[in-house]
Amino acid sequence: MATPRARTTVFSSPRALSPVVLLVLLAAWEGAVRALHVPAIVLPAPSAVVQALWLEIRSGILWPHFLVTCEEILAGFGIGAIVGIGLGVLIGQSRFLEQVFYPYLVAAQTVPKVAIAPILVIWLGYGLSSKIVITATIAFFPALSNTIVGLQATPREQMEMLRACTATQWQIFCMARFPQALPYIFAGLDVAAVLSVIGAIVGEFVGARAGLGYLILQMNFSFDMAGVFSILLVLCLIGICLHLAVGLVRRRVLFWAADQADPLPGL
Amino acid sequence: MHDSMTGPCAAGHPLVHIAGLGKTYAGADGLPVQALDGIDLSIGRGQFTCVVGPSGCGKSTLLRILAGVMPAGPGTIEIAGRRLDGPSRDVGVVFQSPVLLPWRNILSNVMVPAEVQKLPADDARARARDLLDMVGLTGFAHRYPGELSGGMQQRVGLCRALVHNPSLLLMDEPFGALDAMTRETMNLELLRIWHEKDATVLLITHSIPEAVFLADQVVVMAARPGRIVANYPIDLPRPRRLDMFSTPAFGAHVRRIRSHFNSRGEID
Repeated sequence: MATPRARTTVFSSPRALSPVVLLVLLAAWEGAVRALHVPAIVLPAPSAVVQALWLEIRSGILWPHFLVTCEEILAGFGIGAIVGIGLGVLIGQSRFLEQVFYPYLVAAQTVPKVAIAPILVIWLGYGLSSKIVITATIAFFPALSNTIVGLQATPREQMEMLRACTATQWQIFCMARFPQALPYIFAGLDVAAVLSVIGAIVGEFVGARAGLGYLILQMNFSFDMAGVFSILLVLCLIGICLHLAVGLVRRRVLFWAADQADPLPGL
Repeated sequence: MHDSMTGPCAAGHPLVHIAGLGKTYAGADGLPVQALDGIDLSIGRGQFTCVVGPSGCGKSTLLRILAGVMPAGPGTIEIAGRRLDGPSRDVGVVFQSPVLLPWRNILSNVMVPAEVQKLPADDARARARDLLDMVGLTGFAHRYPGELSGGMQQRVGLCRALVHNPSLLLMDEPFGALDAMTRETMNLELLRIWHEKDATVLLITHSIPEAVFLADQVVVMAARPGRIVANYPIDLPRPRRLDMFSTPAFGAHVRRIRSHFNSRGEID
């Protein structure tokens, strides 16, 4: 993205303007809290949030919870993505299988995961496994549906070209259909990655002994609002890192799809 | 050698023999459409055959049946003495668009048929490089399709159709999407490659002058139902040169073929 040379100011470049907007908002927030004497228990100032975060890092409270939640997110995302893509590949083999199974998968998707989280905690206990399963069920569907759509997206000409040189169904899958589905699959993984943060936190809210969601609840009980906000900040950062990681892998794998839309341009 | 006497019977047993081929399929309104009816056609080994006809005359259907990607109707098709029952390793196809796989580099695109047919990789790679040299894409083996112009991409498509050394090359309006200048260059290149490879070619085109320029025989098709209405041997000397377009003999061939269409003006 080359910026035009003629008179580029902060206001003409979205990439430069975006952080400025953030700084202005933070300053307004800080100023409003101080000027109006908003109690810290209602809305902490950004400076208080940063301070709280610093204290949590220095005292070592944050780290173990951070690791637990990251483990839940990554494991849940990984399992959900693998199962979703795998099942998508199976179902995406034919319109027939898709028409038989897909309605049930959509129906299953309409069950709110938050609502089944308590059941999973009872089945699997308060430990990691229940959070991982909840996260996986949330990450699963975007991976599945995008894989199915992507596998049907191969241009007819490519299939005919391969058939004309005597390719088997399996060869057509490996040489055209799967690579052709990858842009869709990565779009699904991007959504799944961000959703898996929600999955892990929901699981921890329902019942956990550790993790950032657990920490939020603890701080909420003791009215430590700055602490709660600082954990929210950490969760945001985890989500952004996941999104960036998916984008990084996607750009490496999909170097050929130069004109694909980036859901968050500039990142 | 390709000489002016090459004809359907000159090579003895023809490479392609089509007898009484028909094809009916369900149209958009559910009613049967007679795409092909009673097609008889022989193509001798090493012969260059062009098919001309208006849109909807079934010429692409004929090619797709020969390529094995569309089931044939009644009638018989033999290629090299074997009854056609699907895609054949002995056929190479060039499509209207290049149909390159954007995630594969040029060399690896050319290698697709060789990979599919599990041919020895080293031989095939050497052949692919020779073909790329032959079409003037020597330095582009490791580029990606998106970096090439339309004409260059279609050249890659031609290399891919030839990499497994097929005895029959099918071409469906291969240069239709290119501008007139590039098209002439590509036609000359195609003739050179055909000569070097000693290939048998069936090429579909909209352009009567192009057909006359390239072919040993020009097959004229008409629509509803798709059928062959005439078959003209073209006895212009080889190698063909662009200045032949203005010779009286060339003009006479074009006029004779065009007479089939003048009344309805369906093709150029």
